[in-house]
Amino acid sequence: MADQQEVLNEVVIKFAGDSGDGMQLTGSQFTNNTAMLGLDLATFPDFPAEIRAPIGTLPGVSGFQLRFSSDRIFTPGDECDVLVAMNAAALKVNLKSLKKGGRIIANTDGFDSKNLRLANYPDGVNPLEDHSLDSYEVVTMDVTKMTREALKEIQMGTKEKDRAKNMFVLGFLYWMYNRDMDNTITFLTEKFGKKPEILESNIKALRSGYNYGDTTETFTHRFIVEKAKMEPGTYRSIMGNQALAYGLIAAGQKSGLPLFLGSYPITPASDILHELSRHKSFGIKTFQAEDEIAAIASAIGASYGGNFGLTTTSGPGMALKGEAMGLAVMLEIPLLIVDVQRGGPSTGLPTKTEQSDLLQAYYGRNGECPMPVISASTPSDCFEAAYEAVRISIQHMTPVILLSDGYIANGAEPWKFPKSEDLKPIEVNFKTQLWEGEDKFQPYLRDEKLVRPWVIPGTAGLEHRIGGLEKQNITGNISYDPDNHQLMVKIRQEKVDKIAQHIPHQKLDSGDQKGKVLVLGWGSTYGAIKSACVELRANGFPVSHAHLRYVRPFPENLGDILRNFDHVLIPELNNGQLIKIIRDVYMVDAKGYNKIMGVPFTRHELIDAIKAVAEEK
Amino acid sequence: MNVSARKDGKKTGEIFLSSSSRLPGKLFPQPTSTLVIPYLVSLIADFCVILRSNFSDMSTETIEKPALTPKDFATDQEVRWCPGCGDYSILAQVQKIMPTLGIPRENIVIVSGIGCSSRFPYYMNTYGMHSIHGRATAIASGLKGARPELSIWIVTGDGDGLSIGGNHTIHLLRRNFDVNVLLFNNQIYGLTKGQYSPTSEEKKITKSTPMGSIDHPFNPLALAMGADGSFIARTMDRDPKHLQAMLLRSQAHKGASFLEIYQNCNIFNDGAFEIFTEKSSKPEEALFLEQGKPLIFGATQNKGIRLNGFKPEVVELGDKYSADDLWIHDERDFYKAQILIRMFDDPALIGHLPRPFGVFYETDRACYEDVMTMQLEEAIAQKGKGDLDKLLKGRETWTIS
Repeated sequence: MADQQEVLNEVVIKFAGDSGDGMQLTGSQFTNNTAMLGLDLATFPDFPAEIRAPIGTLPGVSGFQLRFSSDRIFTPGDECDVLVAMNAAALKVNLKSLKKGGRIIANTDGFDSKNLRLANYPDGVNPLEDHSLDSYEVVTMDVTKMTREALKEIQMGTKEKDRAKNMFVLGFLYWMYNRDMDNTITFLTEKFGKKPEILESNIKALRSGYNYGDTTETFTHRFIVEKAKMEPGTYRSIMGNQALAYGLIAAGQKSGLPLFLGSYPITPASDILHELSRHKSFGIKTFQAEDEIAAIASAIGASYGGNFGLTTTSGPGMALKGEAMGLAVMLEIPLLIVDVQRGGPSTGLPTKTEQSDLLQAYYGRNGECPMPVISASTPSDCFEAAYEAVRISIQHMTPVILLSDGYIANGAEPWKFPKSEDLKPIEVNFKTQLWEGEDKFQPYLRDEKLVRPWVIPGTAGLEHRIGGLEKQNITGNISYDPDNHQLMVKIRQEKVDKIAQHIPHQKLDSGDQKGKVLVLGWGSTYGAIKSACVELRANGFPVSHAHLRYVRPFPENLGDILRNFDHVLIPELNNGQLIKIIRDVYMVDAKGYNKIMGVPFTRHELIDAIKAVAEEK
Repeated sequence: MNVSARKDGKKTGEIFLSSSSRLPGKLFPQPTSTLVIPYLVSLIADFCVILRSNFSDMSTETIEKPALTPKDFATDQEVRWCPGCGDYSILAQVQKIMPTLGIPRENIVIVSGIGCSSRFPYYMNTYGMHSIHGRATAIASGLKGARPELSIWIVTGDGDGLSIGGNHTIHLLRRNFDVNVLLFNNQIYGLTKGQYSPTSEEKKITKSTPMGSIDHPFNPLALAMGADGSFIARTMDRDPKHLQAMLLRSQAHKGASFLEIYQNCNIFNDGAFEIFTEKSSKPEEALFLEQGKPLIFGATQNKGIRLNGFKPEVVELGDKYSADDLWIHDERDFYKAQILIRMFDDPALIGHLPRPFGVFYETDRACYEDVMTMQLEEAIAQKGKGDLDKLLKGRETWTIS
């Protein structure tokens, strides 16, 4: 028995296999199991856009990267320690991200001549046998054969039995990392409770994998990663889209407004629609519209009626919603547009991440059409970003864009979730009658924030008409007057600008207030930038990091922060978008570091980029 | 209808009841009235319980509100349609019927898109939204979903509702939101100054089709039928009484009502429907449908429509055929409605069939917003009202001390 245990500080595992091999499920089960032990973790699911690309091929490889640590971590890791390769294609695609000396756990059945050919290995070449992997530790096992063997007494077809292969692997890893398997058994029981054969086959395969590790003593010792030194409190594991949905639900509860989601399914935003549609007991109405335009239009109708209307989408959907966003800007009603960004343009890279919709969010509408833009920076941060977006939308009577992206939408991390009572209530003021001294309702009479009253149908005595045509200041009647149009354009801009007075000042995430290099980021690059800055400072290299939540308007003190540094570096997963706005607004000679490969930054490349900027004169 | 909660003579709450809801709305005296319940009641559910259990022996106080007139539905905005436009008549008829519906003005919302017809909300002293091109139906869907108790009227045109907004129109109909769609069909683009529309006839010469349109036109009612519309009717701007009757029928229908209104654009397409609307030709060319009655038309009510197998044909009433031989109109007949809707001949053709007006089809089908609300109620009944803390906590947590 391998009773010896080796304590590791952190581990990065990548589960990789064919799209049909259940790698996402395997990864998420191992993640939940890890979370329950109090480790810090970060995940990066990476899967093809095709539901089932041809089996065994390189494009069909689906991966799930999990990093867990007893230290605080902020990214899923640049390189893996362990690569689980269910077939030859999975090895070929992922070998480059495996550390030298790392472990490969390979399913030999996935390296037969057919699989090798599909993975484009030359005839007669098998990487498991030709010593090309000698700089790694390779552990081979015939998962398929052993799974079939373990399930031989269960009456079901071979094809069905083979579906439990991933559970065998999961069981083996549970053994390898000295884990309890209860959470997965509970999960399987709930999932397959009504299909006893499938349940039995999965649990049997899981246990067999565990026992295989135990009896073969594949490793002389098992591995343990101890609890992370995290802030005291109660945690759960959360994914970005789920956190975003919870933020919306919480904002609905704390504002007292029913939520109405109009949405058209689109990767990688659909999970927000799925999540919200499960919570009808919160009074949430979800409407799967006929298209992206109807989705936002229905949300506008709901907001006009006094619900909180919102729509969820990704880049191509944003493009379609542009005109309706303009209407919401003219109507000046609350509305939230969530854009979970993906690689573009056009259909682009549906399942890959990118930050390339920022300029679209900023400017992508006809006319002078300012809208606040909020961004989320980590999976759990999606909760707060969504809550804050709803607050701004309601309190400033404006449509708001919330930017997330595929990386944080599908990534998971531990979350010290808030209590309902700790969430700041969101005040809603419907106007229900004329004010004293008011003889006629003026729909566009504004308060000191330049916010107009919200009057909903059903309010007697305040009947009025609104629409997309330019309106006369105060009365809201149609107006084509030149001076009035200029005035209204300026008012709508100023109204959005004034939000800066009602958001927190920008803080530095880390580093000194003044110095040589500031790294300014926004959105999902948070973890990679933070990791790079932490490492650089630990090595005596002075660098500061500020990360924007409020992208439009910017916090009032952002300019002061920028001017405190010799160099400003703006890393973005696009061809340089925030940098254009920063240069425009602050006349700062910021430098960009841009990656447009559909994958997140690595810590290493950012460290190099920061050093390079610091060396400039 | 308003139901108020009062305590010690002071109003503590008020809800609006629609006669189409599951409440015993029909029991209340018509028209608009206020029923005062002498208890403080805050929840609609409580209202329902009290109404259901105590209505018969409860002492109620009825306060008559002054009846509204068509003028109450007019706004102070100058009506800016071209002089002689058919829209004026439609506006007048809508303003005429509105006070008779028993719906408080504040519970009526008119939603429009873009086009001449879509200026409509500005002239109606109700709630209203003049939205963007083609999307009124989609906006109204969200509004009705959010606020099922509102009476929502969508005003659209052949361009707005059938071209740029065609997708939303068909989906609204299949979902069967309880709203009224008034589709002003003038077979031309008016606001953009005279291009052909999806209902313009083939070969039509317009600014964008100098050699004649090569687009085959929509039959709007066939489209509505194809989308499983639950109420399908046609009327015309030049027949105020029929128009009023059709508006009332649209409103009375529980579900999505699709009312096509032939509307003359006297600037860009004058006389498009003249043959159906002018006294000289109307009796021969327009066939007015009445429930349970034979399909009869003609200057002296001398002609009728008979079904020869599945094929409608015109017969002269007299020696050979009597009213008993004719097609008896049944709005609830799904199959015959499809034939009736396809009576869409070009009136220039020899031997053409007359164009029917009236209610072609009506059926009862669950309304989207009602089922949507019921699912919410069902979810609450099954799981209890949503508990935010429980949700945030999830099922698996760990504590770091």
